[in-house]
Amino acid sequence: MLPILFAEAFNWTNLQQQCITGLTSGALIALIALGYTMVYGIVELINFAHGDLFMLGSCLALTIFTAFGLAQPGAIDSASNVTILLAIACCLVAVPIFCAGLNRSVDYVVYRPLRTAPRLAPLVSAIGVSFIFMNIGLFWVGPQDVNFPDVIQDRNLLGDDANLRFTLKNLLVVGVTVPLMIALTVFVKFTSLGKAMRATAQNPTAARLMGINTEFVIGTTFLVGGALAGFGSVVYALYVNTISYQMGFQNGLYAFTAAVLGGIGNIPGAVLGGLVIGLVQALGTAYIGATWTSAIVFAVLIVILVFRPSGLLGARVREKV
Amino acid sequence: MNRKVGPRWALVVFLVLAIYPLFPAFDGWFFSATARSLGAQMPTLFIFAILAMGLNLVVGNVGLLHLGIAAFFGIGAYTMGILTVPAYPFEIGFWLALPCGIAAAAAVGLFIGVPTLRLRGDYLALVTLGFGEVVRFTLKNLDAITAGTRSLVPVPPPATPILTVDWLQDFRPFYYLTLGFLVIVYWMLGSLERSKLGRAWVAVREDELAASCMGLNVSRLKLSAFICSAGIAGLAGGLYASTITSTAQPDAYDFNRSIFLLCCLILGGLGSRNGVLLGVFLLYGFDQILSPIVDEKLQLAYGAPIRREFLGIPISAQMQTFAGWRLFLFGVVLIVMMRYRPSGLIPNDRIKEELPPDPDARPATK
Repeated sequence: MLPILFAEAFNWTNLQQQCITGLTSGALIALIALGYTMVYGIVELINFAHGDLFMLGSCLALTIFTAFGLAQPGAIDSASNVTILLAIACCLVAVPIFCAGLNRSVDYVVYRPLRTAPRLAPLVSAIGVSFIFMNIGLFWVGPQDVNFPDVIQDRNLLGDDANLRFTLKNLLVVGVTVPLMIALTVFVKFTSLGKAMRATAQNPTAARLMGINTEFVIGTTFLVGGALAGFGSVVYALYVNTISYQMGFQNGLYAFTAAVLGGIGNIPGAVLGGLVIGLVQALGTAYIGATWTSAIVFAVLIVILVFRPSGLLGARVREKV
Repeated sequence: MNRKVGPRWALVVFLVLAIYPLFPAFDGWFFSATARSLGAQMPTLFIFAILAMGLNLVVGNVGLLHLGIAAFFGIGAYTMGILTVPAYPFEIGFWLALPCGIAAAAAVGLFIGVPTLRLRGDYLALVTLGFGEVVRFTLKNLDAITAGTRSLVPVPPPATPILTVDWLQDFRPFYYLTLGFLVIVYWMLGSLERSKLGRAWVAVREDELAASCMGLNVSRLKLSAFICSAGIAGLAGGLYASTITSTAQPDAYDFNRSIFLLCCLILGGLGSRNGVLLGVFLLYGFDQILSPIVDEKLQLAYGAPIRREFLGIPISAQMQTFAGWRLFLFGVVLIVMMRYRPSGLIPNDRIKEELPPDPDARPATK
């Protein structure tokens, strides 16, 4: 057993291939993790419903593809490239708007009245919202796994006989996630709203005293986080090609693990954490077995929380009393 | 402390439950009306009530959000399974395996509790959640030991040396067995609440810093509550495996089960044993007993899906069943209770007496 494992591990091409897979799915996880980390940074709420928001985004993307007539078997072969591109573009506009609006409304209706309540009250409410979203997803796509139209060709961009595979799908994931992360960084670092956001995260009361409309800032945070989840859901659906009403729970938990790993509330940390979790997932699947992947990721979560609760990039914060 | 005057409702409920099987006519009528025996479904309800009481110890009394209670439930059930099924050489029987299940769950609770209990509230919630999932996946993947998704069968019923008991056909033996354990757990937790340890737990819940300044060892108190609750969950797991004569699949011990119990607690009232009982009766009764019956009636009356679409929106079959809405209902229960009545339907007496009536007088946690 062990020699085989070593032999596999030192199969250099295989390792590189797993790293490509891992970094791709890691970029997706990072996109979801950003939504968690921003919301946590600003209202100290673990937004359990975030993963299920992501799931609803995929459901909407499926509905849009169905509306374009791409969901029937065989429809993709006959559809023109223009239709497909139009459908993808439509998804990339409509789904983030939908997710952002939904996230913002949930904050307004459910979490806002609980701002001064003990910390567990909004957390439990978020679990409730997550259940409601899951039920909506169940009605939307049904109880089984649903195939998402596989519209992107799985062509190897490195040439047909190259040892490594870097496909159009990988490129799509990277091409959507990296610009978004850059845009987010610019937004948070260099705009006045971003500055207000950082101020609110540091100290809401002081921020309010300085004339910052903290409720507006919190609302914007939920909007931005929701939009990122929306982008993530479209790319995920195009990349993985299977959606189900239960996918939000596990992906959300992976993403949260990533956020915690990077240091929750820390935006570059969430990206780093996502990439690490993606790598752990891919390498775990390759060398230990797919059935153990989830157990490994959650074990990583526990170990990090126990030994370094502030994460890789987070500063150690003392408990305020 | 002044004792409440008036009927002790829990006592009344337990008495009614105890004499219920003496009236087989009602169960017969229920059976003829719904094709299900109410009495046969009650043991599982009692087991969940035990489990909810155990969870209440951590969430209600000590104020730690615990999202992985189902893992300890599963450990109890699988310990019972491994130690009693004929496929293994142990076969030590129910009465010896039950304490082993309790001990195993408590030991795992100790193992996971020691490093994690110093974490802040919401991080602890995450660790317990992650731990629950790790246990579930482990049960699933250790195929050689736990039989994976096939589950261990048959778990034998308890041995009774003097009486001859028909465990499988008659629902009453398990009914009384589980009800007996429920009463014992209820009573034990009641005395525990009034003991020095119980009061120390409440002190930790209300203000950790103040409690530690008063010389209480906060981390040890948290750990003791965590282990007690794990042990109670192990007990419930052992009873469960014996009652349903199998260990059930690992997915029976997933996050949803933990959340279901948390819903029961929040609906009934955190930290109040009567509230927890009420919560379990309401939610379990609705989810497992009432909604299948209503669904069957709907099916009989109207046939399968009544309408295919409404205003042009296609309506799936789940939407027209009661059971299809269960997640929605749980979600609404959690949100509405947190917003309007965070102390639950039957609030804890002591919280009512101790806390100031207006929420503004309480300092925000931030």
